[in-house]
Amino acid sequence: MTQLALVIDLNVCVGCHACVTSCKEWNTSGEAGPLPDTKAYGEQYAGTFFNRVQTYEVGCFPDTETVHFPKSCLHCEDPPCVPVCPTGASHKRKEDGIVLVDYDKCIGCKYCSWACPYGARELDDHNKVMKKCTLCVDRIYDASLEPRDRKPACVLACPTSARLFGDIHDPASEVSRAIREEGGYPLMPEWGTHPANHYLPRRKTRVSIHADELERADNPLKVDRQQPRPAKSEPTLDDAVTW
Amino acid sequence: MRPALSVILLTTLLGAGQGLFLAAFAHQALSLFGVLAAEGAGGLYGSAAVASLALLAAGLVASFFHLGRPERAWRSAAMWRTSWLSREVIVLPAFMGTVFLYAAAHLTGVNPVLVRFAGGAAVDASAALGAAGAILALALFVCTGMIYACLKFLREWHSPLTVANYILLGTASGFTAAAALAAWRAPGATAFFAGGALAFTLLGAASRGASLVRNARLRPVSTTQTAIGVRHPVIRQITQGYTAGSYNTREFFHGQAKALVRRVKWIFLAFAFALPAALVAAHFAGGPPGLLAAALATQMAGLMAERWFFFAEANHPQNLYYQAVA
Repeated sequence: MTQLALVIDLNVCVGCHACVTSCKEWNTSGEAGPLPDTKAYGEQYAGTFFNRVQTYEVGCFPDTETVHFPKSCLHCEDPPCVPVCPTGASHKRKEDGIVLVDYDKCIGCKYCSWACPYGARELDDHNKVMKKCTLCVDRIYDASLEPRDRKPACVLACPTSARLFGDIHDPASEVSRAIREEGGYPLMPEWGTHPANHYLPRRKTRVSIHADELERADNPLKVDRQQPRPAKSEPTLDDAVTW
Repeated sequence: MRPALSVILLTTLLGAGQGLFLAAFAHQALSLFGVLAAEGAGGLYGSAAVASLALLAAGLVASFFHLGRPERAWRSAAMWRTSWLSREVIVLPAFMGTVFLYAAAHLTGVNPVLVRFAGGAAVDASAALGAAGAILALALFVCTGMIYACLKFLREWHSPLTVANYILLGTASGFTAAAALAAWRAPGATAFFAGGALAFTLLGAASRGASLVRNARLRPVSTTQTAIGVRHPVIRQITQGYTAGSYNTREFFHGQAKALVRRVKWIFLAFAFALPAALVAAHFAGGPPGLLAAALATQMAGLMAERWFFFAEANHPQNLYYQAVA
């Protein structure tokens, strides 16, 4: 079984929103589109997006850290939004685990959005159907694209490679390795939805140095503490250490 | 959650329609077995069923305003194996059809006797239809309640009390409507319906009160920490990623002050339970029959406030992601 997913590295995300805009661009003109905006240049504007980047501040000043947090559909392995759909428009594909909405079947009852604890679904105000991330399903299988381009638009757009894409059920895949080795975690694990998308935590590189490691006992550069040169007849330091 | 007028009307009107039908059939069933005197109530069953049908139809019309694509509503019967909403969509027309046939059997007089018991009690077509309708009415209450109760992370709703409330509050308003109708069309049967209205109103008050107490004691399971997966006691959202509104900021926030929500709670406790119970009790104490109509109007208004509060009280975990605009 394949379960395609994104793995998002919060350690390298810089919050540039390139994934947001490239997602919007691809999906508003692709199979899922359009993703309309309301009064895009007015004061009370609004729009439908598949992907948003949020920013959080962790800690109290001055020990604070800024976390940029890209948020999209997590393509849960046990998606609560799918069984509640009365029409079957909301479904999870068996072949690759992508959770999709059939826009021709959706009646716009919003029940699936109530059933998603992550708020990953947005009702398209113009087409009156529910929309959500498709993992660029119209792109990742497109044989007319170069193999390296058969990835979601957000993954290709990320300038820091914070977004990885692959099959989390394949233990040898890049995403499985990242989850396994870099401490990948799911969001709100308490609801048992088993999100396929994982996040990699912020990581700090720290080196612990003991005080006695700061000085080398035999540091040859410590000229100020150099002992008087021994006489030719006396044993030298070299003799002592080799002995 | 933002309370939607369409859903408030849908659930309150359907509940009253179901309750009214249950009240009428309860009277018929008890008369059938000789518990109640059947005289004078015969004309009431037909008119109660018509009124019930009108309430159900009004609720159905309201439900279409909730849909983005009402022309596709027929598709919503497809996923009855998994979706309570789909089950409701199937049970509602089945129930309406049964109520229609029940009303027709009473009003047209085409009501053949199906079974005659040894004791002399005759089960006619209307009684059989009524029994089927009663089962469907209860099934519809369960479907409506489970639509909300099955969403486990909406913890204010994820409780058997949600289903109990839909059953008891709908039945209470139905009995109050039946009492008001009986006071007008069949005064002899008024006492039964008014007694039922009082009993179910008090039971509903107990059940709704229990869910208010339960919900007041809930502690959130999801926090900003689990939402973004960072273990630090102090996390503050700086921006939700955009300055505009979105579906997420509109649908899941009621946007009202906490004080208003609290006020609505006391309003619905008074209008849905205390006042109707007092009015029905005043009727028993010898007040005019108009008191029952007043009780019905008060209770329906109170139940709409109750439904508004029901949605406003539910705190969706997705709101954790929308705590700061910019």
